[in-house]
Order: sequence, then C-alpha cells, then structure tokens
Amino acid sequence: MTATEVENEIGRDRRRKEDQRLITGRTRWTDNIVLPGMLHLAMVRSPFAHANITSIDTSAAKAAPNVVTVLTGSDFGEELGVCINAWPITPDQVTPGHSPMPSDRVAFAGEIVAVVVARSAAEARDAAELVDVEYDELPAALDLKKAAADETIAHPDLGTNKSAYWVFDSAEAGTGGSADEAIAKARTDGIVIEREYRQQRLIPAFMEPRSVVVDPTGEQYVMYSATQIPHIVRFALAATTGVPESKIRVIAPDVGGGFGGKLQVTPEEWIAWAVGRRLGKPVKYTETRSESLLSGHHGRDQWQKLTLSAEKDGTVTGFKVELLADLGAYVAIVGGGVPVLGAFMFNAIYKFPAYHFAVQTVLTNKTWTDAYRGAGRPEATYAIERIMDELAVEVGVDPLEIREKNWIKHEEFPFTTVCGLEYDTGNYEAATAKAKEMFGYDALRAEQQQRRDSGDPVQLGIGISTFTEMCGLAPSRVLGTLDYGAGGWEHANVRMTPLGKVEVVTGASAHGQGHETAFSQIVADRLGVPFEDVEVLHGDTQVAPRGLDTYGSRSLVVGGEAVVRAADKVIEKAKPIAAHLLEASIDDIDFAAGRFSVRGTDQGLGIAEIATAVFAAHNLPDGVEPTLDSDAAYDPVNFSFPHGTHLCAMEVDTETGALTMRKYVCVDDIGTIINPLIVAGQVHGGLVQGIAQALWEEAVYDDSGTLVSGSFVDYLLPTAADTITFDIDHTTSPSTTNSLGTKGVGEAGTIASTPAVVNAVVDAVRHFGVNDIQMPCTPERVWRAIRTGGKGGATTEAAMPHFEAEGEGA
Amino acid sequence: MIPAAFDYVAPSSVEEALAALAQYGDEAKIIAGGQSLLPVLRMRLNAPEWIIDLRKIESLRGIRDDGDAIVIGAMTPHSVVGSDPLVQEHAALISKAVGHLADAQIRHRGTFGGALAHADPAGDLGAPVLCLGAEFVIAGSGGTRTVAADDFFIDLFETAIGDDEILTEVRIPKHTGWGAHYEKMVRVAHQWPIVSVAATVRMDGGTIAEARVGFANMGSTALRARGVEEAIAGQPASEDAVRTAAARAAEGTNPPSDLNGDAEYKNHVVGVLTRRALLAAAGS
Amino acid sequence: MTRITLTVDGAQVSDDVEPRLLLVQYLRERLGKTGTVIGCDTSNCGACTVHLNGTSVKSCNVLAVQADGGEVTTVEGLAQDGRLHPVQEAFRECHGLQCGFCTPGMIMQSIDLLNTNPSPSEDEIREGLEGNLCRCTGYHNIVRAVQHAASHGSSTAGATS
Repeated sequence: MTATEVENEIGRDRRRKEDQRLITGRTRWTDNIVLPGMLHLAMVRSPFAHANITSIDTSAAKAAPNVVTVLTGSDFGEELGVCINAWPITPDQVTPGHSPMPSDRVAFAGEIVAVVVARSAAEARDAAELVDVEYDELPAALDLKKAAADETIAHPDLGTNKSAYWVFDSAEAGTGGSADEAIAKARTDGIVIEREYRQQRLIPAFMEPRSVVVDPTGEQYVMYSATQIPHIVRFALAATTGVPESKIRVIAPDVGGGFGGKLQVTPEEWIAWAVGRRLGKPVKYTETRSESLLSGHHGRDQWQKLTLSAEKDGTVTGFKVELLADLGAYVAIVGGGVPVLGAFMFNAIYKFPAYHFAVQTVLTNKTWTDAYRGAGRPEATYAIERIMDELAVEVGVDPLEIREKNWIKHEEFPFTTVCGLEYDTGNYEAATAKAKEMFGYDALRAEQQQRRDSGDPVQLGIGISTFTEMCGLAPSRVLGTLDYGAGGWEHANVRMTPLGKVEVVTGASAHGQGHETAFSQIVADRLGVPFEDVEVLHGDTQVAPRGLDTYGSRSLVVGGEAVVRAADKVIEKAKPIAAHLLEASIDDIDFAAGRFSVRGTDQGLGIAEIATAVFAAHNLPDGVEPTLDSDAAYDPVNFSFPHGTHLCAMEVDTETGALTMRKYVCVDDIGTIINPLIVAGQVHGGLVQGIAQALWEEAVYDDSGTLVSGSFVDYLLPTAADTITFDIDHTTSPSTTNSLGTKGVGEAGTIASTPAVVNAVVDAVRHFGVNDIQMPCTPERVWRAIRTGGKGGATTEAAMPHFEAEGEGA
Repeated sequence: MIPAAFDYVAPSSVEEALAALAQYGDEAKIIAGGQSLLPVLRMRLNAPEWIIDLRKIESLRGIRDDGDAIVIGAMTPHSVVGSDPLVQEHAALISKAVGHLADAQIRHRGTFGGALAHADPAGDLGAPVLCLGAEFVIAGSGGTRTVAADDFFIDLFETAIGDDEILTEVRIPKHTGWGAHYEKMVRVAHQWPIVSVAATVRMDGGTIAEARVGFANMGSTALRARGVEEAIAGQPASEDAVRTAAARAAEGTNPPSDLNGDAEYKNHVVGVLTRRALLAAAGS
Repeated sequence: MTRITLTVDGAQVSDDVEPRLLLVQYLRERLGKTGTVIGCDTSNCGACTVHLNGTSVKSCNVLAVQADGGEVTTVEGLAQDGRLHPVQEAFRECHGLQCGFCTPGMIMQSIDLLNTNPSPSEDEIREGLEGNLCRCTGYHNIVRAVQHAASHGSSTAGATS
C-alpha cells in the first residue's frame, strides 16, 4: 500500500474530538474546580476613574460571618508582584507601575482596592459590601484626544499621558520612498484624500467569564486559570512574585473563548496567587459578567488620521498614517504593541511606493486595552479599505477597479512590500473573481442603481474589503528587533506509547479552536496512524512544559509545524530500529503510510510494532536509546500572509437609519486547509465579530469615567436573529514558509468584515452626501448622516435603566 | 451575581399574600416570574429583606372569557398569553406584542401581571394594554378595586398598585375583529425597544373607523398617542392619510436619550413606526 | 433555609437551601451539575438554559426555591444509555460549537424550540435562539445544527417534554 491509496487526513472535514465532552456537559471550566478547604474571593473595586485612596476600613467585613480575612494592597509586600508589559515599543516608553491592587491611588473605575476571603462566594460578596473605602477624587483623563494633549494627567507622577511614539517610515527604512514627498506632489498634480476614522473601544466578551483557582498545598503551587497563555503566566508569576518557575504549575483547563481577551496577566490572577500563598489554602475567584466587562482588557480604541496620495488615474503614490491609541490606565502585556502589529499592514495587498506610519500611545483613566481578535491588523485593514473606497469615488471608478489597479499581481509573488515584509504567495485576482461571481456583483449593482433612481426608501449598498494579514506570530528575530519581550517559536513533543498510540504535546493552548482535532489529522497523516489513535495534550505547564500559547493565528502555522517536525523526528528515530529488526540496511528502508518497508521486498513493520519493540528494548541496535519520543521547537522564518476578498450587501432604511444585511460573501486564501469544517467555523465566527464592530459593539464611558455599557444589556452582542447565513469559499495558494503550506485563519473573518460592512452602509447613502459613518453604525448615526451629510454624531452616554433599584416584581 | 440574603415566603392564597405584605411592608418585594426582579437582586441594586412568591396561588393563573372582556390572571406566563386563542381573537394586539417580548426562556417564566406591575416604560405590554383600555384588578386588605389603564402607569417603575396591594388580574375589553400590529425597533434582538408602536384599528371598509395607538420607551411610562388616534379616525387607510396622522406621533412624548438614540431621533422614528404600524394594522 | 425537593435529570433530590440561591448555583454547587454554566448576570446570554417542567428557562434567573416540586433537565440529562440526543449529535455533526461554553444553553434552547416547532424555518430558528449568545460560531453552524436535527426527527426523541 502506498500513501496515495490511503485517504489523507489533511483536508478532511473531521468532526471534532473535543465535542463529545462539550455537548454532554462533561467539562472542566476553571469555575467547576472545587478543592478541599477552598476559600472564595470577592473583589472590592473602585467606583471612581481616578482617585486617591485616603482610607480603607475592613473591620466590619472582617467581622462578617465566615470571612477569613480581608486584605488590601498595603497588607502585601513584593510577593504581590506586578502586572507586566512585555513589549515596551520604544526605549523611552513611559510605563506606569501596575500593582494588581494599589494602596494609594486608583487609575480607572473597576480597579481592585481590597479582596475579601470567605468560606463561600456569597459570604465573600456580602462582606465586600461592608468594606468602607474613602476616596479623594482626582480629575480623570478620559477623552483620547484631550488626553493626548495632556489636558488632564492620568498618572500625575508621570507628568504626561504620552507613553510612546513609534514611527516607521519607508524612506528612512530604505524600503520605499517618502510619503510626505508623494503627498506634496499629489497636492499639485494628483489626488490627495484625507480622512480621520475612529476605531471605537471594544470588549472581547468571551462567553466564559474569567476564573482562577490557586492551590498552594502541594510541592508546586498550582494555578488554574481561564487563560490563553498558561506558559506566559507562569513566566510572569516567576519573574514578578519571587517564586521559582520550577515551583509553579499553571493549568488552562477548558477555556471558553478568548479572542485576545484572555491573553493577559491579570490583577485577579496575581491577587489570587498572593492570597493563596499567604493563607496556604486553595482559593477561587470567578468574575461576574459585569466585572468582566469592566476590568478585563478592552480592545481597539484609536483615532486614525490618514492621508493617501494618488495620481489622477488612481495609482496610489503614498500613504501616511498617524494614530492615537488609547492604552487605558496601564500598559498591558502587549499594550502599545497592538498598533505596532498593525503598522506593517496598512499597505495591505497594494504596491504603495511610499509609506509613513506613526502611533502615539496614550494613557487615560479607563480600562486598559490590549489584543482583541486581529490586534492591530483589523484597524489597519479598516483604514486602508475605507480610504480605497474614497479614492474610487474621487477617481470615479468602481471600487474593485481601484483595488485591482493597485494590488500586487499574482505573478509578482514573492513580493517585498513598502514595509519590507516578503509576501510569499497570493492570488488576489482569483479570490476576487470568485467572490464577485458568488455575490452576483453586477446584478446587485443594477438593483442599487434602480433603487437610487426610484428614490426607494430602502437603499442598497455594496461594500468591498480585500485584506491580507501577517499570521504566525512570529519569527523570534523579528520580535527581537521590535523589542518584544519573548520569542515566537512553538514547541511540540510526539510520543509513541508501548501499544502504538500517539501522544502529541503542544505548547499552543487551545480555547475553542479545535487543536485536538486538527493536530490529530496532521499527525495521523505524518505517522500513518489512525486519527483516533492520536491524543493531543496541552494547556498545562506540567504536561506541556514549553510553549508560547495561542494567539495571533499562530497555533497551526507555528505550532503545527513544530508538531510536523517532532513527528518527522519520530520517524527518523524509528528508521534504524526498523532496519535492525528487518535485518536490512537503513538506506533500503522506506516509510510510508505508517509502515517501514525494505525497498524491493514485501518485508516491513508498522510503526506501532516498532513502538512495542522499543518499549521492550530487547533487540535494539547498539547505542540506540530505547525511545522514539521526539521534541521539536520551531521558530518561523517569516510570517504567513493569508488574504481574501469580502463582499457585503446592506439595506439601509433611510427613514429610520435601520440596517439589514442582505448578503455576505467571502473568498479567503488561507493556504492549505487541514480541516474545512473547522476553517468554516473560524471564518463564520470571525465575520460576526467584525460585523459586530461595524454595527453594534461599543464600550462607552460617561464623562465621569463610568463604563456605561457595563452589561450585556448595553454592550450589544448580536444574536442568531441579527445575523445571516454566509457564503464562504476559498482559493488556495499554499504558503511556502511552512511545510504544510498553511497560513492561519483565526482572525481572517474579523479583519475584513468590518470595513466591508461600513463600506456597504456608506455606499448605500453616499448620494445623500455621506462619506463616513462612525462605528458602530447605529440607526441613529445613519439617520443623522443622511440628514446632514455628516458622520452621524456622537452617542448619548447613558444606559437604558431597565434594572433600576425600584420596580415591582415581574 | 449572588443576591443579598433575604427571607422567603410562598403563600398559597391572595389573602395570605396580602397578610404577608401587611406584615413585612416596605421590606418586602413580590416576586411573580422574577425575570426583571432577579437581575436587580443579583446585581444588588436592591436588597429586600423579604421575598413574597406568588407562584403557589393558582387563582392568579389562567385566561378566561368574561362576556365583553377577556381576563388574564396576573401570574399567567407570557408564553401562555401569546399562544392563547382567546387573546388572539379578542386582543390580537397583545398576542403580537407578547411575541416580541424578550426571548423564549423569559416568556416561559415571566408573567403578564409581573411585567405590567414592573412598569418599565420600554416594556412591550404597556402600550397594548393602554390601547385596549384594560382594567387592572388590584387586591388589598379592604377587598379589590379596579384601576383603568390610563390611571395605572404613574411614572418610571411606578404604578397605581399600593405597597400593601397585589395585582391579581387584568381585564381586556374585547376588540374582536380589530386589526393589530406591533412595530418594535431594536438594534439587536435581545434588547428592549428603542421605540415601539402598538396600533390596533377597527376598519369600516377602506376606512379606519377607530384607532388606538400606543408607544413604548417614549416617556417615563407607556403612552397613548391620542393626537394620532383623533387624526386618523374616519380617514381612509391610505399612505397619505396615515402619514398625515402619524406626523402627530411625537406630541406629548418625552423619550429618554441613551446609547441607542437621543430624544430627537426617537421623536422622529416614532412617527415612521406609527405610520407603518397603522398601515399594517389596517391590512394595507 | 428552605427545604426544596425536585427531580433533576431523572433523580429526586432534596436539600435545605438559602432562598437567595439561584437554580443554576444549586445545580452547579450542590448537585455538581457543572455542565450548566453561568455567562452573565442580566439573563441576556442564555448559557444557563435548562428545562423546568418541560420548558426552557434561564436557570440564573430562577431561584432554587421557585423550582421546588419541579422537574429539571440539564444538558447532562439528555443522553440516554450512552446515546446522544439528536440535537447534541447535530451540534457535533454540523460543528455548531467551538469553545463550547454557550453550548449547553444552546442545545437546551434548541430542543425547546423543536419541541414547539418541529419544522422551523431558518428565520424561526434564528428568532427562537434570540435569548442565547455565542461568541465563537457566528451562529451559522448553530442554525445548520438545528436544521439538521429537525430533519432527523429530534422532536420524537425528546429526552425532555
């Protein structure tokens, strides 16, 4: 039998291994964990955005039933540790110290000032209400632009809100010309488009609230946490709390979504750690949804000032991007690195000759911000894909035409961009052609014209977004040049059990992505073993001792490649043993479909038989270790660059501003697909998160710094009733940067869908003089934009009062 | 997430419930289905010392025909009201509005009387009961009294039900054969309405002989749009006539400004939705 | 403390509970039925959906004492003799879940929807699930799963009624 006769696992729509447990409720969420003698924590949080703490009286809380103790920041010394920023983006970055529980001053509403420890969660919460904290309120820096002007200082001791100013200029870098010169030239004989776009503040809103359990009763301290990054948490605990790494075990059990929101080292984890160590008892803290929305890190929150220059025919000559990015009260673990991750993507799929990027990161008295699905790249894609539409309008051509004029042709790959990145493969023409056909582009354009001509109160808009992104974070050397605090490699270990089953250990840490299934498929193909015989282990630093976890669409592209390499090492280790057992020369041994055979004979041994022989070790070649187990750590040489073309049709009720999605088509090129079912799921979910940014979600603060959208009543996640069935497909140009040819899909849908939707909305009402509507495109904003030809104005910063204190039972 | 501690009693008759109310007074809160009360308790926006649960009082449940009216027991779940043939036939506006109320799980637990007693001006039932001229039967220590719909809603979360009283049933005069439509504007499905318009009409050929129009979330209580009603009565169910009448929708409204729209926007939208609701109710 | 007695996933249970204890907390903390989860505090997300006396409810929005005398079915009580409920099977078949946190509530609400409407249209499915939030799937495959279950006769296999 040869490999080609066996059905490849790669490419099959395998049903997920993970699901049996999840659909029957046999789950291991952190909040499910109960340990003997476990105590429960409740946090006391500041209601003020910025205030000095003048006193904290814990006596009443300490006297409450079943309260063990109440602790404040001043009760701890250095063992409390600090929350770290792993990516100071400039050498002179201004970074406020971030205590998990400050004792002197709070810098955002929701910051923890005391922790109550009690025998039950209810009693801890009861007692938390009895902690009496006196505050002396300080002026709060809330508005991003005003904060950038240092009108009010978020951390008075720092003297400024400006944290870091980071610049990339293609002329200085030697990767292109001068954007300023291109713009100056275009002002005389070309086209200059200037826009300012708002990336509103978003909340990741993973469905599982964060939870942490600390068990200090064993020789190792164990932390269970609903985190995306158990390895990084362990590293940071050791680095900041004085406990040796060898004494720390971090476990991410079942984790219910993350989207970047669980890529963090949190005050809650650090406090639980310190309390557990202090008391020598297991402790648990599970946040409420309100706490999650208030204190888990937020995402996006930028102002984007854009200047695009072009020749009169629409050929872009330069692009200048100036960002203000709101860090919130502290510089989070990736923090200011998020806009930097977007810095190399504003040129997108285009051949821009000159590019300038600058970001000013700014401290404010709001919840900290950090990675949220796409991290920097959605912001970049939004900016360029919105402004390319504006250029098309200026030139007077179809927006697809303006893109085609400027994009990299398929025969030009590999292509080095104006940012100096080498795009290995891609075919924008093919993806766009397929999307156009699936969409029925021409018919919808005709309908749009007809509705416009007849003055239909319901207007139709067509939105386009192409995209590419850099996936597979990340080549460690590149991270080093950007001053990131760690590498970007990933680790795998592949073990053969005595009876021929396979255990795969990965340092990636899944939280819904389906690693167990996809990695099983990869290994089943590589080792020629049944899919069912592969067990994927992850998410526990004792089981998977090395790793850099899951984010940035890196698990498959980097982690998957490490698995491939470890599996290949298993085969290489088995080969001399097979030769020895088959009494053949190693040069005559072939491996295919799980079987080592002697070339030109029917002699052979299955890999499981070799595994058993190795276990027995009765008859191994001299000097060969009795193990097939193999490790690999893979450090990518380049990013991967998935791309795609998304088309969206939106209906706009011009009388009310209400929006209805009519059709959504996307054709993505994500390289080789391991499991099309999982890929489709990633795309669907990504699309809705991106669409939700365009239409529904916004974290809004009032002018005293209170988060108004502090529950799911006001932070609007869409439901099944608000979304549609999507038409998705793929073109495939395999990546050349890894042996599987994969490119990464975790963030693709999110990145392209936001501009596609907003472009569609603006396209529907452009004839009213509208050229922008601020996100989220609420009916109110759309209606105002139609009436005034403006951007739709600001939102009233007030919540609906449905859960008032007064009210009869209902 | 965890309510403050309270004591609990589940009386088995209205009399026992009234006695409990009299005993615990201000420190007690009545729970019907609990779908609005429990989130308030869980977020500790309120912490009553006593919860009086009406779930065991069977007499408060059910829908019956009472001649020229139908009577809906206060503890009847929304899901029962929404699918009840009597309601569909004689109070179609209520059937339609209930279908838009919250979600299936909440409709299974939440009750007709509880939602009305909660008196959220953005609730879906206030406008329909105003339109249909419902009467609220309220039990107190001195017996029962009846309050007209127009006198029931007093302010935000405030009704004519006294601290020592219980809403037992709601009488809905039959509007058999009246066309009805409930037009609700939301951004996402699980929201309270930004604006809702309830409209029900008695047609006489192509003419709207009588109309009732009510609004949710256009003031501190549910509202009747009497100006619109007057303007459309006796008019043809035409786009133009309805548009003219609907132009009076914002008379006397005082909508809240919030994340989903300011007062100006809501006052505009209510006119559009009124036109659509009237035309739909008239079947044109 | 108030004494409650109810049937949960076919087994009779009886406990003294604080009146403030929510049904979901009773299920998770007292009975160890951790398959049912808590996702929010405003009853928007639906992750805690169970069946109480045959219809779906949000168990974070019901006091345990309110369920006294009732019959509760959770996601853990659906599979019979190791055989999955057709709706569970459909969620796996159609990749209707990713992280799986919303899944217990989605499955319980989908079963309720199919109990009342065995052949729903796509719009009816979407509206029937409006009380359940999912952040992973974009709902696309959840809708497919309910359609799949409907066409494979889930209502006749209802483990709860």
